[in-house]
Amino acid sequence: MSAGTHAVEVAGVSRVFDTKKGPVVALDDVDLTVAAGEFVSLIGPSGCGKSTLLRLIADLDQPTSGTIAVRGKGPRQARLDREYGIAFQQAGLLPWRTVAANIELPLQVHGVAKGARRARAAELLELIGLTDFADHHPDQLSGGMQQRVAIARALAESPKLLLMDEPFGALDEITRERMQNELVRIAAETGAAVVFVTHSIPEAVFLSDRVVVMSPRPGRITGVVDCQLGSSSSRTDAVRDEAGFFHAVAAVREHLHGTAPVAVRGVETR
Amino acid sequence: MTSTAAVGAAQAAETRFRLSGAGSHAVLAPIGLGVVLLGAWEFGVRLFDIDPFVVPAPAAIAGEVLENLPTICSGSVVTGRNALAGLLIGAVVGVLAALVSSASRVLDQMAAPVVAALSVVPIVALAPVLYTMFGAAADTARILVAALSVVVPVYLNTLRGLRQVLPVHRDLMRAYAARPAWVASTVTLPTAVPFVFTGLRIASSLAVISALIAEYFGGPIGGLGKSITSAAAGSDYALAWAYVFGSIVLGLTFYVATLAAELWFTRHRATT
Amino acid sequence: MRALVAGLLGVLALVATWELYRAVGPEAGVTVGGTVVLPRTSDLAMPHVWEMLRVFGEPASGASDADSVLVVVLGAAGFTLRIAAVGWLVAVVVGLALAVLMARSGLAESAILPWVILSQTVPLIAIAPLVRRWGSQLEVGGLEWQNEYSVAVIAAYLAFFPIAVGALRGLKSPVASQVDLMHAYGVGWWTTLRTLRLPSSVPYLLSALRLAAASAVIGTVVAEASIGLRGGIGRLVIEYAQSAGGDPAKPWAPIFGAVAVGLVAGGVVALLGLFLKPYRRQEVLS
Repeated sequence: MSAGTHAVEVAGVSRVFDTKKGPVVALDDVDLTVAAGEFVSLIGPSGCGKSTLLRLIADLDQPTSGTIAVRGKGPRQARLDREYGIAFQQAGLLPWRTVAANIELPLQVHGVAKGARRARAAELLELIGLTDFADHHPDQLSGGMQQRVAIARALAESPKLLLMDEPFGALDEITRERMQNELVRIAAETGAAVVFVTHSIPEAVFLSDRVVVMSPRPGRITGVVDCQLGSSSSRTDAVRDEAGFFHAVAAVREHLHGTAPVAVRGVETR
Repeated sequence: MTSTAAVGAAQAAETRFRLSGAGSHAVLAPIGLGVVLLGAWEFGVRLFDIDPFVVPAPAAIAGEVLENLPTICSGSVVTGRNALAGLLIGAVVGVLAALVSSASRVLDQMAAPVVAALSVVPIVALAPVLYTMFGAAADTARILVAALSVVVPVYLNTLRGLRQVLPVHRDLMRAYAARPAWVASTVTLPTAVPFVFTGLRIASSLAVISALIAEYFGGPIGGLGKSITSAAAGSDYALAWAYVFGSIVLGLTFYVATLAAELWFTRHRATT
Repeated sequence: MRALVAGLLGVLALVATWELYRAVGPEAGVTVGGTVVLPRTSDLAMPHVWEMLRVFGEPASGASDADSVLVVVLGAAGFTLRIAAVGWLVAVVVGLALAVLMARSGLAESAILPWVILSQTVPLIAIAPLVRRWGSQLEVGGLEWQNEYSVAVIAAYLAFFPIAVGALRGLKSPVASQVDLMHAYGVGWWTTLRTLRLPSSVPYLLSALRLAAASAVIGTVVAEASIGLRGGIGRLVIEYAQSAGGDPAKPWAPIFGAVAVGLVAGGVVALLGLFLKPYRRQEVLS
């Protein structure tokens, strides 16, 4: 695989914030490569720099040192070329727009003609199963539905890379698992690479091809766990009960806690 | 949840930072703009040879201010006294009325049209009538004009504050099976206090302006308002503007004092 | 409906208090330590409420073909409302422009905002007697300066403040993720203003516009009174106050007129809100 086809390449990236109490190292010499079509989760405790890393990739912030390439381009160019779609913990829908108009927003600000916008929004509404809600307003939707709309909006320009910052963080566990199932399906159908920030170990393991574990002060990558829980079509709720799932969860937990607690090691050694 | 709370706290801190004017950026920028504007004013007056009755030059006003400092000060004391009395009376009445309204929905609805009328009536239009009611020789009418202009913002803000109790606090009090009076003193009133001071801050310069304008419509001499009119009547425009300057300083003093009180009473609140 | 009845009861309660005090209060008022704290109860000081209403039916002057007070007050109210509307429009333009400028640049905000706040401690109304002289002697580009302009300027000066402050809060109200989203789309500041910031500011703007309408009316009436501009409510306040000796209830007529103008102005702005309904939806999840 040549470098140009990688979805994301992060090399030696550091980010230092200047605060009143002196400099704070949010990210320290981070390297990460995300292949095309690959699903990678960033996990770690608060302050480990996972959201910062995502924001650097999205060019919402600039690194203090190091280089980032997004689909072979600089982050700024990639952003201007609309190489990625993005979703946040808050759905951030515009309350005065209908569901369909919210999905059309990125197309509209980029000057896509009305007819094409309509058609694309209809496709995406179908994909997220909210066709009946096209003319509703966000305040008439549940939290999970709003987040689905936000994901559809991120997919509107058919990006080959999706950046997601704890998109399910505010949802209840039941809705959350359903959304995870859907995201696996959507990622497979669109063939997009995904960089997914989360607090939840099972979520990261279930969704990802690889889970990148980070630690705080300074923000560093402390380990990478390969999950490979089977193709997206076979990855259903049943996977959550399989041994492979638990092994991966244990492995991630071990990286997170450094020296693993006894109980976890028991699982690890079978 | 935690992140939004943190953002709120950061914003409150930033506002406080800005209001207290600690940053050099926050101090220098407005001063710089002020110097530029004053310079343009002075320069414009000289360049276009503008007559003093239109606007006198800042330097001329400054000269009059220095020359008449004692009268400006004594005028400020007279007007300031009325404004302060009005501010205090208006604040007490406003807070009490808000307490009553928050306790009873019917009284709240009964007060609504009166408050709506009070908030749009030019209070100074009441001045002539109040002079007839209370006598033109006393300051009572002026104090009342100031108090009336204070009542509405204090009432509305306090009422908002009294309705601001967080659901979590209310539930907590229910769980404690607390008596209503106890709930009022531990949760409702402390929650409302910052709002009372926000209302007071908004009302502070209104009180000064109202007390000053009430002087136009009669009453004893000595205040800044009377001084402005008599100087203007005598075609001494720079002097009139000097009195205007005095009233700006007075209004600013009231504003800063209430702002300081507001910051003091909100110092432990992350979000208000 | 319930609120309407309660509101009516509130007004009645106020009337009852007035009449009750008038009936039992001492003629010379109540004085505490040399200060009058409760008003005199003479016919001159506290006319009966029905007297205040009766005045509206009386002829406004001694002339045989004089209009009734009601007609005169209504006419003056229209005059005042027109000037207030002009002042309000000027205030909206100036206030919005300042708010956009401050929202655009942090430096502009820290430079301008203190002055905007300071501006409201300046009793521009106090300057009205000074501004009066502009009328006859100022010319702007061949256009002779009218006293009405001075009144409108003073109204605008009072009204721009709530708009500048309210609009600024509204323009800064979008949450960080929405702003990040627009940045991620790589769209410029003006597109962000149009698609995100302006629509978000509508709820803030509407209440600011309503406050500004009340301020514009107040500014107009007071400026009319102190400049002495004929035709409006402000001038009637002065005129009728002087005829209080003949009919003590007469000064109250223009006060009711002023309240009516203020309520109408506020009502018109509230109607604006109906057209902007879609922009007043609050996001549930935020």
